[in-house]
Amino acid sequence: MVLGSVATVTEDETLLSATGLTKTFGDFTAVDGIDFAVRKGECFGFLGPNGAGKSSTMRMVGCVSPVTSGELRLFGLDPARHGPAIRARLGSCPQRDTLDEELTVEENLWVYGRYFGLSRKEVRTRAAELLDFAQLTDRAGDKVEPLSGGMKRRLTIARSLINSPEILLLDEPTTGLDPQARHVLWDRLFRLKRSGVTLVLTTHYMDEAEQLCDRLVVMDHGRIVAEGSPRSLIDEYSTREVLELRFDAEDHQDVAEQVTGIGERVEVLPDRLLVYADDGDQAAAVVHSRGIEPLSALVRRATLEDVFLHLTGRTLVD
Amino acid sequence: MAMATPLPSDAGTDAGVRSRARPGPRQPLSTAERMLAVFSYFLTVYRRTWRGSIIGRFLSPLFFLLAMGVGLGSLVNDRVGGVDGLPYLQFVVPAIVATQTMWVAMGESTYQVLGYIKWNMGYHAMLASPMSVRDVLRGHFLAVAAHLTTATTIFMGVAALFGGFRSVAAVFCLPIAILTGLAFTTPIFAFTARQEGDDGFNILFRWVVTPLMLFSGTFFPVEQFPGWMQPIAWVTPLWHGVEACRDVATGAVALGPFVGHVAVLAVYVAVGWWLAERSFAARLVP
Amino acid sequence: MSAPTTTRLTSLVPMPAGAGLARMLVERNITSFRHGWVALVTGFAEPVFYLFSLGIGIGALVQTVTTDSGAEVSYPQFVAPALLAASAMNGAVFDSTFNVFFKLRYAKLYDAVLATPMGPRDIAVGEIAWSLIRGGLYSAAFLVVALLAGAVGSWWAVLALPAAVFIGFAFAALGMFATTFMKSWVHFDYITLAIQPMFLFSATFFPLSTYPEALQWVVRVTPLYHGVALERALMLGEVGWGVLAHVGYLVVLGAIGVVGTARRLEKLLLS
Repeated sequence: MVLGSVATVTEDETLLSATGLTKTFGDFTAVDGIDFAVRKGECFGFLGPNGAGKSSTMRMVGCVSPVTSGELRLFGLDPARHGPAIRARLGSCPQRDTLDEELTVEENLWVYGRYFGLSRKEVRTRAAELLDFAQLTDRAGDKVEPLSGGMKRRLTIARSLINSPEILLLDEPTTGLDPQARHVLWDRLFRLKRSGVTLVLTTHYMDEAEQLCDRLVVMDHGRIVAEGSPRSLIDEYSTREVLELRFDAEDHQDVAEQVTGIGERVEVLPDRLLVYADDGDQAAAVVHSRGIEPLSALVRRATLEDVFLHLTGRTLVD
Repeated sequence: MAMATPLPSDAGTDAGVRSRARPGPRQPLSTAERMLAVFSYFLTVYRRTWRGSIIGRFLSPLFFLLAMGVGLGSLVNDRVGGVDGLPYLQFVVPAIVATQTMWVAMGESTYQVLGYIKWNMGYHAMLASPMSVRDVLRGHFLAVAAHLTTATTIFMGVAALFGGFRSVAAVFCLPIAILTGLAFTTPIFAFTARQEGDDGFNILFRWVVTPLMLFSGTFFPVEQFPGWMQPIAWVTPLWHGVEACRDVATGAVALGPFVGHVAVLAVYVAVGWWLAERSFAARLVP
Repeated sequence: MSAPTTTRLTSLVPMPAGAGLARMLVERNITSFRHGWVALVTGFAEPVFYLFSLGIGIGALVQTVTTDSGAEVSYPQFVAPALLAASAMNGAVFDSTFNVFFKLRYAKLYDAVLATPMGPRDIAVGEIAWSLIRGGLYSAAFLVVALLAGAVGSWWAVLALPAAVFIGFAFAALGMFATTFMKSWVHFDYITLAIQPMFLFSATFFPLSTYPEALQWVVRVTPLYHGVALERALMLGEVGWGVLAHVGYLVVLGAIGVVGTARRLEKLLLS
């Protein structure tokens, strides 16, 4: 019955869609009526600070948390009625690794594959392929406990792929990893996307969002405040470059007026001023010509961090 | 084929059966498949950890058999020639069979379960797959029942060597013991799913497990207590388990009371199960 | 509990030289325990349950017991001193093994403590002192219950409380020494393997004379047997010079535990 009722993927191949999606816990509204749609084969991101409602959204999308109100569809199915059928086609990589540390690397995969109803033979073949993919083949027989954080993360991702999911959900995939481990992981995710798996991820790292996402939504306080590709968001909400100025001052608010009129816009942070201008060097020259002497002046490309700052008045990582 | 491809190969698939590892709608799992998938997880874990549980599972009841059945028993037999016409050992062994299931149930339903909820989040991993809360509980209860079976069988074998049973009908202690163990398991699962730390477990051990062992007619008939205390025993699962085991082990089954004992245990299992499903759902899929 | 109570409680404990700062650790434990006061209040319940269950139930069956010194006493009188000794052991071992191991390996409490002027010796003495304070409270409560239940037979029983604290000291010290060798929770099964038979077989529930001659000597070697014999002598008023042998045995065990623990901790934490 479940098999028969699956809607064929629609024209634009939307695998996942939400309208007015809301999640409340008692009086607290974690997700406040958001709309989004994810197309087949893309990498879609939720960017926002901790507590923005990203994880609650992911749990609803993963069909492990009932929708309070609004409409959510995966593969055209309603999670409330077809949770198991949808989860059979999803991969889920939670924020915290949920591996069994007492078992070996490969046992973790074997056991997990059985939950999806794969035969023992299938599970073994898949596990071998995935360990190769996750670069863990030589650790296959080791216990999970002593593995590094990056290896555990890759194993969690390998495990979430055991059923060849059509959508892979990644909740803060690289939080807590060192820079090198992050790059290894990004490379694996990029390969995955190229092989046709649709990725949906949350992150509070703007560099991660820029590296991986084709499209993303910026979330704050349970709402979506902007949507687009990383490039288009930067184009829309920021200038091309940013001039960062640091002064020998307790509070940079006090020195902010000195730079008024330079660039398109100035953002004041406690420890520095951000001058938004399409040509950062030129803005620095103007600063200099005014006789202002900052401790340091740095010109850089605008990032999603600047988009977020502009939209919410706050930084992503406090 | 390129080195690291995440796409499934055909090697593992059986001809004629559509693999569940192929993109697209998947064939749903049957109830038995789901239950066994969860069960096989616990079996895999147990294959790694069984050594650690040996002492608590198998030696503790043996110590009690020796201390109470043999040691204290010689004192009792000397003074009054046994209890209810039975040598003390044969009086106390069926009770230890029942009591052991309570210990196993505690061991399987407290720290372990909280661990799967909170620390290693094993349940969350299962629930991200097609498994539902109901499947997870079914599979886990099946695993506990398997533990109960193993532990009881081994203890009964040893106790039989000591002459702990009067009648061959004692083999029927096994199903009763499993039922008694589950009568503790399902309500404790429900309790554990509402805990944040282990404070509740300490209270459970101190105020439920130990008093039940001591006041459920295990080491002497509850009739030794003042009349007002006896009804307390009637509502506890352990007393019913002890009485039912003792009935079959001595081959003196009075049908009415026996059915009553089994019915009370069954009610504990059923109500506990219902409560466990509710508290698991509230905790795991909020 | 208010802060002044804390100070009073901790100053009750004599602190050996070189371990003066251990008091701080005791205070930390008391502070943390205020959050878990339910456990504190109910901690003495277990021996009371045993006393009422076996005392009444088995007592009704056997009426009296002939002690190893030949006296004929009621079963509750026979079993109460043994329960006092056994619960002193249980409490002390639990605190000094499971609790300490958790702090040592998981909560990283001692790493934080050692970053202060406190040393490993403070830790060892502090943890054991804390365990003794708690055990002393439980023992006092149990003694009152035993007295009311008519299970106390002599004025010598006033010494049963210090004796219980002393038994606790010996086991806490040993337990903690053992803990410093533990690598995983699995090893605690060995602790259970030591504690449970001692609880059941140290002439606790039936007299030593029940055993065959050879086994009697095995029982006589175990530490809890000496605790039980000491308490039984005091609570039944059968005091003789032999009591000093029990005391001496426990003193030696405690000393081994304290010295061993301090050395091991130094090796573990300051390496």
